[in-house]
This record gives sequence, structure tokens and C-alpha cells, in this order.
Amino acid sequence: MSVLAQQLLLGLLIGGLYGLAAAGLSLVFGVMRVLNVAHGELIMLGGYGAFWLAALFGVDPFASLVLVIPGSLLLGALLYWGLFGFVVRAHEETRIKNSLLIGFGLALALHALAVRLWTADERSIPTSYGGAVLSVGELSIPLVRLATLTLALVLIGALQLLLSRWRWGKAIRATAEDWQAALLTGIDIRRAYLLAFALGTALAGAAGTLVTVAYSVSPSIGLEWTLKALIVVVLAGLGSMLGTFVGGLVLGLAEAASAATFGGPYREIVGLVIFVVVLAVRPRGLFGR
Amino acid sequence: MTAGGHERRWAIVILAALALLALLPLTAPRDDVLNFVFLILLAITLAESWNIVAGYAGQVNLGHAAFFGLGALVTRMLWTEGAPVLLAMAAGAGTATLFALVIGVAAFRLRGAYFAIGTLALGEILRTTVGNVLPEISTLPAATIASYRLTQRYYLALGLAAVSVIAVAALATSRLGLGMRAIREDEEAAESSGVGALSLKLTALALSTALAGLAGGLFAYYHISYYPSHPFGPHWTFDALLMTFIGGVGTLQGPVLGAILYIVLKEYLALRWVDIHLLIFGALFVGIVLLLPGGLVQAAERARGVLGGARRAA
Repeated sequence: MSVLAQQLLLGLLIGGLYGLAAAGLSLVFGVMRVLNVAHGELIMLGGYGAFWLAALFGVDPFASLVLVIPGSLLLGALLYWGLFGFVVRAHEETRIKNSLLIGFGLALALHALAVRLWTADERSIPTSYGGAVLSVGELSIPLVRLATLTLALVLIGALQLLLSRWRWGKAIRATAEDWQAALLTGIDIRRAYLLAFALGTALAGAAGTLVTVAYSVSPSIGLEWTLKALIVVVLAGLGSMLGTFVGGLVLGLAEAASAATFGGPYREIVGLVIFVVVLAVRPRGLFGR
Repeated sequence: MTAGGHERRWAIVILAALALLALLPLTAPRDDVLNFVFLILLAITLAESWNIVAGYAGQVNLGHAAFFGLGALVTRMLWTEGAPVLLAMAAGAGTATLFALVIGVAAFRLRGAYFAIGTLALGEILRTTVGNVLPEISTLPAATIASYRLTQRYYLALGLAAVSVIAVAALATSRLGLGMRAIREDEEAAESSGVGALSLKLTALALSTALAGLAGGLFAYYHISYYPSHPFGPHWTFDALLMTFIGGVGTLQGPVLGAILYIVLKEYLALRWVDIHLLIFGALFVGIVLLLPGGLVQAAERARGVLGGARRAA
């Protein structure tokens, strides 16, 4: 029993990162209607940002968020100007197609670049508090992972606040809701797209930092994280960042539960069944409007 | 678009080219030449099969590798157990199609990008599961390796590429294909004029996955050793997608041209810049997409339009 509880707990802890990874993708997809399949590579870049800040300058990985987030914002803006800004000029159908093409090309290039610059080795950040564990009854909670879950929740909360209070946050939501109506009310939707993409990239960078602190980073983690994020986006549906976060927790728990019940190799099959059932019952996702 | 005539002409051109390629082994070329053409032929089959669902029924299926993989898995199992290879390939294609029909009913409830994401997730889940359950590399027995003939594989690939081109040409000129295009343009309008969208989408998926399953079977017959999860890898899906879009989605000749360009470019870059070829390939690719948003076919049409306009003006 306690083994199962421990596994579920670990599932919940990684689920928070699934949620954070998915939030950025959901924001970009919801607002721009483009599918950025290079999202995982942006997470990977954020992870390397934190790794090198720690390795070269001894910056604490949690403190490095203060630098990684603005850096990712800037990277997002550059990617929007250089690539994705062209995609949103097309019709919605063409956008999906072109974003897949550009995203895949970008993912290939970023992955190859990361291997070239930093080798294919797996890297993690050693910290003095890395092994600390909080014992609650028979459960042992790794403190670093608990901190990443908490920080993920804080970031999601901050984003939710930004989207509901800030003038441009409202503009982003209006654009997501109905871009034509948003345009008619005088919203600069190109700017809303730019901000959404930059914010989405910043969230990816933050997620990458937390992934690297709690687990590790290597050039090949991109695809895996893109997929987890995509599954969460579909499971949770569009429209609520908090819903996306909960969707991440659900996926983490479901993976842990099925690994515990059916053994590691069949873990993904249970994920598949849950995924298909949710889609069949609620095609717009658990929390989608 | 003039109904059919265009496709028929292209079908004749492509089939004639394939017939010429049938003479290639008779000239006793080096094995690497045959292997290279084999890669292109496999790519043509894969791209055309993906084109059926994307280009005609208008659904971006990102789980295509799952059907290629299933075809490979079943074919390899039956063939190494002693079944004739063509029978094993048919069983592989049948399995892929059956799985597609089961999955399709649920997946087609999803629209647009959701369908793309859903199918991508399905493919990945299958890949990880196969990788977990069958982690050992699959190698042909020594006796089979000793009797391995490249020309047999080559002709099978040639036949399969021809079948896929004929299938797409037949579809494009048929009532069925017309119905699919109606769905692609406007699903609700098509439904209200009596086109059964779900059954047509399922038909497209069945045809597409049967071809993908056959292509997977060919892969299993061709490769001496590989990891069983390898043909399930997402790069098979994205290869098919890239080739189809580079060439021109929803046309007969587009995926063929895209496949040739894609394989030639990729192999050339891999030889020329070994360690950074994927970086260049990725960047080049983004450039192609930005400069030629409608693919080679549309670019050629535009160029012809400009030239024609200039000629008329002169």
C-alpha cells in the first residue's frame, strides 16, 4: 500500500511539470491556433540555460529562473518575428500545417545544434540540498521535486493573474476567443500573438529549468516533453490554465497508477485507454469550453 | 480543376518512370545505387499513403508511423516464422487497417488540430509500448541472410510504389475522391448534401493505412536487423508529412516529387556534412516552407502562370 502511495506521490510531483510544460503550449495553441511541435526543444533550451548558469557562474538553479524566464521571453519574441509571425498570416487550416512544418524543422535544427554545442550527454545540476527528503508517515517526499511542483503552481497562478488582470492579458484572451471580434474592437492582434508566443516560450524555459533541477536535461528530451504537453493539452482542453495544470497532475497520477498496477512496460497502454476514453466522452477535453 | 485529366497524365508519366526503373537491376549497378533508389521508392509509398488522408480527406494524421510500424511488426513475425513474405505483408497491412478502423471511430470525433494531436499521441504510446515489450533487436537468422537478394526487395518496392500511385490516381478521379474533397473543403456543407463524412474519412484512413502497413512490411523484409520499435518512430510520420507538403498535398505528383527531393537532399547533406547535416537540413527545410508555402506543385503552377502572362504580354 505504501509503495503504491509513494509511486502516486512521485507521479503527482512530475505531473506538476507536465502541467507547466503544457500551459505554454496551450497558450500558444489557444491564441494563435498553431501547433508548436518544437515546444519540447524550447523546454530543453531552458534546461540548458539553468545548467550552464549553475556550471559556469554557480547560480542556484531555482534562482536562475530570474534569468531564464526573461531570456526565454526574448527568444520567444525572436522566434515569433523570425518564423511564427509568418505562419499566423495564413488561414487557420494552413496555419496548423505550416506550424507543423516549421516546428518540425526548428526541432530538428535545435536538437542538432544542442548535440553539436553541448554533446548528447545527460546533465543534471548538483546542489547541496539535492538529496533532502521530507518524511510524512511512511512517505518520503523529495524536497526538490516538491519545490518544483510548488513553483509550477505559482507560475501558473501568476499567468492566470496576468491573463485576467493585465490589459494585454485580456487582449490575449479576447484574441483566443474570437480574433475577428477582437480585431473589430481595436485590439492589435499581432501584438497579442507576439505576447502569447513569448509568454509560451517563457513558460517552456521555466519548465525546462525545473525539469533539469528535479531530473536532468539532454538534447533528446524535447520530443518526449512535446508529446506529454500535447497529451495534457488534449486531455485538459483549452481555455483554463488551472485546468491545464490539473490535467498535468492527472496524467502524472495515471502513469504512476498504471505502472504500479500493470508493471512498467504496459504503463503507456493505460495512458492510451484513458486518453481514448476522455476523447470519446469529451472531445473538447476535461476542462475545455 | 479539370476533373481527372490532370491526374491521369501524371499517373502515366510516373508509371512510365517506374517502368524505366525496373530496368535498373538488369544493368547490374552497384548495390548502393539500388539501395538509394529503394529508399526513394519506399518514401514515395509512404508519402502517397499519407497524402490520401491529408490531401483528399483533409485530416492531418500524425500517427501514421503506428500503421507503418504495425505492418512491419506483423510481417516480420510471420515471415521469420516461415510464412511467404507476400502473405505476411498482407497480414501486416490487414492488422494496420483493422487497428486504424478501431482507432478511427474515436479519433475522427476530433477536429483539425485535435485530430493531429490525438493521432500523434496514439502513435507515440504504441511506440513506447512496443519498445518496452520487445526491447531486443530483431535480426534475421543466418540462413535468411545468406539467401538475401537485394533485387527481390527492389522489385517489391517498385511494385508497391506503383500500386500507391495507381491507388491515389484512381481515388482522385473517382466519386469517392470527390466526396473526400468535399469534406476537406467544408465538412458541414458536404454532410448536408448527403456525403457521409465519417464513413468517407474511415475509407480514406483504411486505404492509407493499408498502404502504410504494406510499406512497413517492405521495411521488415528489407532490413536485416533493427529494433522493433524503430518503425514506430515519429520521424516516419514527419518524413511522410514533409515530403507530401514540400511536393504539394492533395495532388498525385506532389508526394512523388517531394519524396525524391527530400531523400536526395537528406542523403547528400548526410554525406557532405556528417555531423551537422540535421542542423542544415532543419534550417533548409524551414526556409523551403517559408519561401514555397504551397509546395513544389503550386510553385511550378505560379511560375507557369507568370511565364504565360509574360508571353501573352509580349
